[in-house]
Amino acid sequence: MSQRQVLQVFEQYQRARSQFAQAVADFAARPQSIDTLRSAGVVCLLRPLLLDVVPSIRQTAALALGRLADYDVELAEAVVKAGILPQLICSLPEENRYYKKAAAFVLRAIAKHSPQLAQAIVQSGALGMLVICLEDFDPGVKEGASWAFGYIARHNPELSQAVVDAGAVPLLVLCIQEPEIALKRIAASTLSDISKHSPELAQTVVAAGAIAYLAQMIPNPDAKLKRQVLSALSQIAKHSVDLAELVVEAEIFPVVLTCLKDSDEYVKKNGATLIREIAKHTPELSQLIVNSGGVAAVIDCIGSCRGTVRLPGIMTLGYVAAHSENLSMAVIVSKGIPPLCVCLIEEHEDHIKAAAAWALGQIGRHTAEHARHVAVANVLPTLLDIFVDTCSSEDLKVKAKKALKNILQKCTYLPALEPLLHEAPPSIMKYIIGQYSKDPQASPSKTVWILFFCLIQPDTVSFGICHNSF
Amino acid sequence: MAAASCGREQGASMAALARLQERLEGLREEYFLTNRAIDEDRKRKYKAAVKIQRWFRACRVQVCLRHLTKMVILIQKWWRGYLRRKHFREIVERAYFIKKLKFYNEMAVRIQKTWRGYYVRKYIHNFYALKKYLKAVSMNNEFVRHELQEYTEMKENGEKMKDLEKKDKEKKYQARKMHYLLSTKQIPGIYNSPLRKSPDPMELLLRKSKPLTHRKQPVKSPFADELYGWPTCKEPPAFVTSLPLLPADRRKPQGPFRDPAEVLRQRYKPLEPTLRARESMYSAPGKAREPTRREEWRNPIHDNEFLPFSSYHKNYEKYEPSLFKSDKYGQGAYGTKYFREVYPKKWIADKDFETLFPSIALFEKFGKTYSSTGQIV
Repeated sequence: MSQRQVLQVFEQYQRARSQFAQAVADFAARPQSIDTLRSAGVVCLLRPLLLDVVPSIRQTAALALGRLADYDVELAEAVVKAGILPQLICSLPEENRYYKKAAAFVLRAIAKHSPQLAQAIVQSGALGMLVICLEDFDPGVKEGASWAFGYIARHNPELSQAVVDAGAVPLLVLCIQEPEIALKRIAASTLSDISKHSPELAQTVVAAGAIAYLAQMIPNPDAKLKRQVLSALSQIAKHSVDLAELVVEAEIFPVVLTCLKDSDEYVKKNGATLIREIAKHTPELSQLIVNSGGVAAVIDCIGSCRGTVRLPGIMTLGYVAAHSENLSMAVIVSKGIPPLCVCLIEEHEDHIKAAAAWALGQIGRHTAEHARHVAVANVLPTLLDIFVDTCSSEDLKVKAKKALKNILQKCTYLPALEPLLHEAPPSIMKYIIGQYSKDPQASPSKTVWILFFCLIQPDTVSFGICHNSF
Repeated sequence: MAAASCGREQGASMAALARLQERLEGLREEYFLTNRAIDEDRKRKYKAAVKIQRWFRACRVQVCLRHLTKMVILIQKWWRGYLRRKHFREIVERAYFIKKLKFYNEMAVRIQKTWRGYYVRKYIHNFYALKKYLKAVSMNNEFVRHELQEYTEMKENGEKMKDLEKKDKEKKYQARKMHYLLSTKQIPGIYNSPLRKSPDPMELLLRKSKPLTHRKQPVKSPFADELYGWPTCKEPPAFVTSLPLLPADRRKPQGPFRDPAEVLRQRYKPLEPTLRARESMYSAPGKAREPTRREEWRNPIHDNEFLPFSSYHKNYEKYEPSLFKSDKYGQGAYGTKYFREVYPKKWIADKDFETLFPSIALFEKFGKTYSSTGQIV
């Protein structure tokens, strides 16, 4: 009899533990109860449950801790300070997959808040355990582990290097080849986070053979997967010419243009970013993009989007036009100037306007022909308005002024310069007058006008211009 | 007499002396003047003589010099002329060469100028090639734009089709559910109002659709209760639940073949994993078995852990003597060597009890014969 009573006590205790863990996990899923949980000291109470005899209690406790750490930085720090990490990972290899998933969830929830917490995770030796999880057969465990790696590697290059040193990259490349879409997404996003910091890390990712698999996934219909894949490829390509050439050799070119027509905004943005990172390195790469019709696709993309999604496309046009005058002419011929002009007028954000002004400056600065095309599109008054406007930011004003200066120094199309004469401030006026003075066919009325201006401004420049024109 | 003469002489001489003395003053001056005149005269003459001599000597030297100079000039003239004539040819040749060179340079510059202009205009900054290239670029752009337009249209169409199909499916499902609203011969249904010329399309749909049978209990797949569904497949692995039917009029094939039904049954016998593997611990029957599992955990039949080697216990298992049998000098022999205490001092006779019957031979062997593994036979 007493034996049964003794056993009954143990049974009650186990049931109580299990219920407690389950209830805390449920409460932790609701944001309003988390403060109460925190003040009740839930982290210290959950800690011994992590080493419980019963596997399901361990899993539920880990899940609850993960949800708590996910909510808030302070809770995550409390979890780390309570010394939970060693206990979480000590027995990880022998545990079943639910526990591994819950443990990976906890690690990821802690790592996402700040670099210091991620460093604490790395120092507690969790990376080896996460690699063991990545080798597991269950796709959910792999997903949790690669998500945790992604959040750790996101913060700074040292943490990325730690992730690479733990040997995660080949396993991530294997994960990308798995059939499950969610796993592919997370693995692609992790590779993107690893390779974004430095060329060496990107080189490591490339050496594991990631580019071929990423390039194969571009035509995939899933939008979120495409976002991550394009982001990963652009982070790889941005570092150096060799990496960009490797990416181009993976035959992305006509396929990437279909991404620019996708219905998802961020797919368009990431596609345009990838093209920008390739175009900015050398004229040959820009030539490749022009030859494959990329410029037309980018221009259409700019025309169809609104807001920050346009920004990479605008910068692509600027980079392509900056390399040489033939490429700039190719941009003009592909009808690149009207969308840029529309951007300048319509957009509210200053940095997008600044990018559009810079791109127009790059297009128009090469020869008189280019400047004429830019001037004919009625861009110069808009640029002048932006420059003069008091509520434009400093950066925007600087870029608008540079663009105006570059275009005006080559512009010989005088009818476009006339409207500017009335409103331009002195710093711009000198360029306009310079252009007038170079014109051999200036009419007498114009010379009178020029003289008038020169007389009002008795500085050496205008004196020089007077001298030049008479 | 002499004295008179002397006196006269003295008197004359005295008078001469006085006259001399008078002239003495003037004499000094005269003397001085005369000497001065003579001196000056002498100096003048000396100077004149020097002048004349100088002049003459100078003329002589000048003649000499003039002669020398004339000779020197003559020599130098002839020498220089000779040298110049010697180098004249070279100079002329050189000047001629330079002139030719300049001319050739001029002509070469002209040729290079024309050639370079031609080359650059034709090959490097070829205007027409650039124009062609730009035209090709714009044509390619048109093509790419067209293709992309087609691609978007295709995608949009695909999505629209999917939407339409979904709506269609829903409509059909609704029609199947509401099959009872179909009009009968006596009673027109709500969609078949007699005032209408032709029935409502919903009515036609109802006529076409099969009535919906009772919803079967959804077959709970053994994996339905997992926290994470089976990887990509939405359904569990397709274990065959029913045997494939053979055609009824199939003639029995000739030969030593087994009964096909038997074979199929054997071949498609469903997998029967043990209870423990078949159901997860979170499924409902699994949860129901939880108490028995806990009982098992608490009351294991076999407490000894699995020993890795057969002679494991020899080294690690130690017999622990009971507290009653151990004395000061180690374990007592009672219970192991003998089971009966013998006190000879208390014996009345000095012999032990004798056994009346002979012991059974087999029982004698007990505890004395051993097998090779150390087990008692």
